Amino acid sequence: MPMIEMREALNQALKEEMTRDEKVFILGEEVAEFNGAYKVTKGLLDHFGPKRVIDTPISESGFTGLAVGAAMMGLRPVVEFMSFNFSLVAIDQIISNAAKMYYMSGGLYNIPMVMRGPNGAGPRVSSQHSHNMESVYAHFPGLRVMAPSTPLDAKGMLKAAIRCNDPVVFLENELAYNLKEEVPEGDYIIPIGKGDIKREGTDVTIIAWSRMMSLAKTAAEELAKEGINVELLDPRTLKPLDMPLIAESVKKTNRVVVVEEGHHFSSLGAQVAESVYSNLFDYLDSPIARVYQSENPMPYAANLEAATLPSVEKIIQAVKQVTYRN
Amino acid sequence: MASVKKEMQSLSKEKMVEILEKMLVIRYFEEASIKAYQQKKIAGFLHTYIGQEAVGVGTLAHKLPQDSVVTTYRCHGLALALGMPPRDGMAELFGKVTGCARGKGGSMHFFSKAHNFLGGHGIVGGQFGIGIGAAFKSNYDEDNAVSFIFFGDGATVQGTLHETMNLAALWDLPAIFICEDNQYGMGTANARAIANTDIASKAEAYGMKGYTINGMDLNEVHGRMGEIVKEVRATRRPVLIHMKTYRYTGHSVSDAGLYRSKEEVDAYKLKDPILAISREMVEAKVISEDEFKTLQKKTKASIQEALDFAEESPEPPLEELTQHVYMDDVGNA
Ligand SMILES: Cc1ncc(C[n+]2csc(CCOP(=O)(O)OP(=O)(O)O)c2C)c(N)n1
Ligand SMILES: [Mg+2]
Repeated sequence: MPMIEMREALNQALKEEMTRDEKVFILGEEVAEFNGAYKVTKGLLDHFGPKRVIDTPISESGFTGLAVGAAMMGLRPVVEFMSFNFSLVAIDQIISNAAKMYYMSGGLYNIPMVMRGPNGAGPRVSSQHSHNMESVYAHFPGLRVMAPSTPLDAKGMLKAAIRCNDPVVFLENELAYNLKEEVPEGDYIIPIGKGDIKREGTDVTIIAWSRMMSLAKTAAEELAKEGINVELLDPRTLKPLDMPLIAESVKKTNRVVVVEEGHHFSSLGAQVAESVYSNLFDYLDSPIARVYQSENPMPYAANLEAATLPSVEKIIQAVKQVTYRN
Repeated sequence: MASVKKEMQSLSKEKMVEILEKMLVIRYFEEASIKAYQQKKIAGFLHTYIGQEAVGVGTLAHKLPQDSVVTTYRCHGLALALGMPPRDGMAELFGKVTGCARGKGGSMHFFSKAHNFLGGHGIVGGQFGIGIGAAFKSNYDEDNAVSFIFFGDGATVQGTLHETMNLAALWDLPAIFICEDNQYGMGTANARAIANTDIASKAEAYGMKGYTINGMDLNEVHGRMGEIVKEVRATRRPVLIHMKTYRYTGHSVSDAGLYRSKEEVDAYKLKDPILAISREMVEAKVISEDEFKTLQKKTKASIQEALDFAEESPEPPLEELTQHVYMDDVGNA
């Protein structure tokens, strides 16, 4: 299998799905002639032409709304947000229109639409360019939320998202676009709602997704040297969560650390912890520990930025806390 | 006034009667809904279309099956103008499972797939994108459709209008932006909210054509919209229409109307579009006085039938609560 970057894996998914179904088109800022701000759409304009690979003006609300209307009339749009920070300008279209349409129309109009792009903190881009939107979008019924951590997952998951008949928020990560992995050529699907064990272990389950899984992997390697055998669980789809997989793992390890890039309060990590407490309380040997972003806007200064974000060190500390190794 | 105005002369008697009937259906439907609201059979918001009937009926007379329509929460009139059976709408207002959105949408969210009616929408300015999306789809599939996008005067100062007019003009989308200017956004008169109240002039900023039409005059609406729809269908260029109209009732049923005088409302009622066109048709002998009375009676009866249907229909069963959140069942949700 060829070794490719995350951006190339996503590119393959787009290309294969656009080839498979001519109702699929992609629109967003700089996706066509510029080949994408992060090169995810590289070559698609040349291959499919300007009818299906569309550069938009800087009008997130306008083009996201357009995608909702096109989806109501039977097309399958893929909207690229140059970053999910800018999805805030379109959030009314995402929540009031895309998420609610199928329900409030009594099942008449579903919205087969994918909204994708980098989410979360970029490198040293400060307060307005570092929002992590996963908890916001996961909150609203009507949306599916997916966040791949590896190239192989990214390809199969994006293909599933494009084939989904409901609106999917597909969260990528700027710092992960150059992650490399062997990825199968051609068609395969990673279904919505299916998580994955990224490392088998016996002592503690770390539940992490997107770029946090990379940190968790490093932490697990460090901890192995100290004799702590970590299981890494990537839910991959954030809504709905793969609770059967989480249950299986927790029943085995009896200890849980949840790692997320978002803030502490009202967060997806808090939801994961709540789901574990409600369903698996009797299997826990210690309180769940959480690792998250501190409660401040992202600062620019390197030391403050590092202090704000989750880190390998913070994850190691959390694991030691739940295994009482401090 | 001895003859029907030239705009309508080309219409057959049947077509003219159909147009008149649609305006009556809307008027009686809305009057009945206000009464049912007072009887507490309908709750939430209720924004009626009374006074604005000529705009919806005169415009949508030109809609072809492949065309689409989207509008605001003031959506009953357009749904009925498109031919939605009144019982589907009334049952929706009553929150019954037989309603056009299975009782889940309510007054502000009428939909009809059969008519490509893409909904009533509750966020001021939220529906523009949907409208240009439908126009985009028409170009994508080359099906020669146009997209009717209705909105209130209050929405002319939302950013979404300007974003979507730019997109529509930039990409040659066959979008017909129709501002139903009833002169108020809730209790705010236009002059207190809109820096330039010449709505049609905003088209120029995007290289589009803008038109101003007297929305109280069915002849004018029908005649001019006929030409404009034809033009958009052929040129694929978007247009902006400023329809000057008026709503007789409050913004919604809870509006005491303190921001305008009774004299102002009464003056508009004298120019009532239904009164005007029915008189004209009787004077021109398109229909007789008796035929008109029969039509009124028949229409009222159809609204009564809709009320009875809504009353007798069941509420949505509780299983409906979590149905239609997602179309795809992905398991473990
Ligand atoms: C974004 C948004 N802001 C405020 C409201 C509350 N609101 C509902 S209708 C309305 C007035 C809109 O007036 P206009 O666009 O002229 O339409 P009309 O009701 O006159 O048909 C307001 C302020 C809303 N629904 N959406
Ligand atoms: Mg108004």
